[in-house]
Amino acid sequence: MLCIVLNCFLCIIMKEIILEKLKILAESAKYDVSCASSGTVRNNTSGGLGNTVGGMGICHSFTEDGRCVSLLKIMHTNFCIYDCAYCINRRSNDIERATFTVQELVELTIEFYRRNYIEGLFLSSGVIRNPDYTMERMVRVVKELRTTHRFNGYIHMKSIPGATRELIDEAGKYADRMSVNLEIPTEQNLKLLAPEKDHASIFQPMRFIQQGMLQSIEDKRKFRSAPRFVPAGQSTQLIVGATNENDKQILHLSSLLYKRPSMKRVYYSGFIPVNSYDSRLPVIKQAPLKRENRLYQADWLLRFYQFKVDEIVDDSYPDLDLEIDPKLSWALRHPEVFPVDINKADYTLLLRVPGIGVKSAKLIFASRKYGKLNASHLKKIGVVMKKAQYFITCHELPTFTVNEASPEYVRKVLTEPKSKKSKKDSLQLSIVFPEPLAPITPK
Amino acid sequence: MIVCTFDNSFEGLLTVVFDAYTWKIFPDSILPEGAVLPMFTSKVYHVVTDEKKSSRVWNALVRKLSTNVCNMLMYAWLADDERDNDLLFRYIRKAIDAPASIENNFGDKDVLNLHQLARKVGHEAQYLKQFIRFQKAADEIFFAPVLPRYNALPLTIDHFKDRFSDQKWVIYDLRRKYGYYYDLQTVEEITLADDTHLLSGKLDAKLMAEDEKLFQDLWKGYFKAMTIKERLNPSLQRQHMPRRFWKYLTEKQ
Repeated sequence: MLCIVLNCFLCIIMKEIILEKLKILAESAKYDVSCASSGTVRNNTSGGLGNTVGGMGICHSFTEDGRCVSLLKIMHTNFCIYDCAYCINRRSNDIERATFTVQELVELTIEFYRRNYIEGLFLSSGVIRNPDYTMERMVRVVKELRTTHRFNGYIHMKSIPGATRELIDEAGKYADRMSVNLEIPTEQNLKLLAPEKDHASIFQPMRFIQQGMLQSIEDKRKFRSAPRFVPAGQSTQLIVGATNENDKQILHLSSLLYKRPSMKRVYYSGFIPVNSYDSRLPVIKQAPLKRENRLYQADWLLRFYQFKVDEIVDDSYPDLDLEIDPKLSWALRHPEVFPVDINKADYTLLLRVPGIGVKSAKLIFASRKYGKLNASHLKKIGVVMKKAQYFITCHELPTFTVNEASPEYVRKVLTEPKSKKSKKDSLQLSIVFPEPLAPITPK
Repeated sequence: MIVCTFDNSFEGLLTVVFDAYTWKIFPDSILPEGAVLPMFTSKVYHVVTDEKKSSRVWNALVRKLSTNVCNMLMYAWLADDERDNDLLFRYIRKAIDAPASIENNFGDKDVLNLHQLARKVGHEAQYLKQFIRFQKAADEIFFAPVLPRYNALPLTIDHFKDRFSDQKWVIYDLRRKYGYYYDLQTVEEITLADDTHLLSGKLDAKLMAEDEKLFQDLWKGYFKAMTIKERLNPSLQRQHMPRRFWKYLTEKQ
């Protein structure tokens, strides 16, 4: 009887411990914003558990800040030997520290996966003892998942700068995506905030991953059953607003990174004011969310809208406009390209019209075979007519385009804040009574 | 106005198409039997579902139209709304009459509406894949109640069968009162005699497996810890995760 009670008591304590560890390590991992769970197709094997979907990944949940939760984003440990100014896990911070065992991590992943909470695992870690030791422990987790438990879900692993080639090669056999974060766009600012790190040590694992991927593609051409190596490619993250780089430097760096075939995504994370006691970091009231949003829009222009980076930002416009999106900003600077005839323009030019996205451009291009499109068709297709009307002509009377109005007028109209539906009747006069004079108090 | 009544099945709709082309009488409105007839009805025809006729029509459609369009028709049917029967009929009629594919003619209202309806059902299937949450019962069966707006559950079954092939599971649609059970071999359609105890979304504590409560708590704790408080944006959260799914989400309970 006593044994049972003690057992129950121990069980309860162990549950509490695991819950505490999970909370601590999730809090430490949440600033790494990478969240994709797509890019590989892996079918289940008999006796195995799980699969990955190609195309769009599956976001199983969304936190109160609106970000998607598709993977179990967790740190193996949040102890760290480094002291980077922008990181919450830096060694001089007095936060709660914890470490998960390999067994605990594997069990958590599997049980969450079985209940359809997650698509897979995102494993990160603080660096303990040295990069090789940390990397080797992380590889053990993913190896156990893939081999012992026949797990076929998505695995995203961070690679630790400084780890040897062999460990990265080993990890690449099991992971779907690997990433290593640049965090600070320029070398000199990185040296300022994290003197123990440098860009060369971060580019090195990126190079190893790229070489491993290209080698695996070559091998697969010769032998169909050659193992895949990091099939979903790699990604990286840049912190926006912690240092003084302008958007031109950031976007040039992204554009260079995207030239490598293995780099699939660059993430931009608005700087959250942690470690406010450190004087090297800027004092800001609020994270630069607007700027982050504009950077993502510019990133999309580079990847899907066939823009070149010099068209979005250059020496005379080194920062993105916060009030309007980058495509509209480009259009207002180049009114000579417009108006675009919806019924005749080619696909590339359709993509340049503000208010027409990739989906609408494709629909317009496909529907043109059947007949001329007019404004009501465009509206039904999903074009944002409020913006697009100044930049297009269609099978109708000439309209008020950006060349008749001036770019300044168009900009003013499109950035006007939405007027709240006036509760007051506009015909109602308001009679303003003068303020009563302050009463004269007798002395 | 010519009205046709049928038995509210997809085969019935295809039989209506067959009969319309045979008799050259094209109804303006297609309603299930027993529905209230609209005003100004001049003639009512009742169509009896015939498997031979419906399969002839379907084979003709498959031969003539691309797989994409046939899938869209199926999706639109699964939207489960009687008002869309007319839209489906008009679309099928246009597809048969037109010499070339009308698939991309989004200038035509019916083509566009069907496309959008099929997309809505596809989205609902995607929402199901995202927001179904299994609970482990004591007999090792993973159970998930759902309440989708459209009948998108059949579209997700292949995904769940492949992903969770080594565990028994049951997914039950509370609105349409049917579900699917996978017993490690095949998927069967089931109905539960009494599902009132499931309406709250949670299995009874007695029925749950021992460690189920622990993992639910772990998930809730993890979910809360993941929020970055400086970036709170509840309207974005609701945009991606519509509130109608929150009732059966573990982390929101």
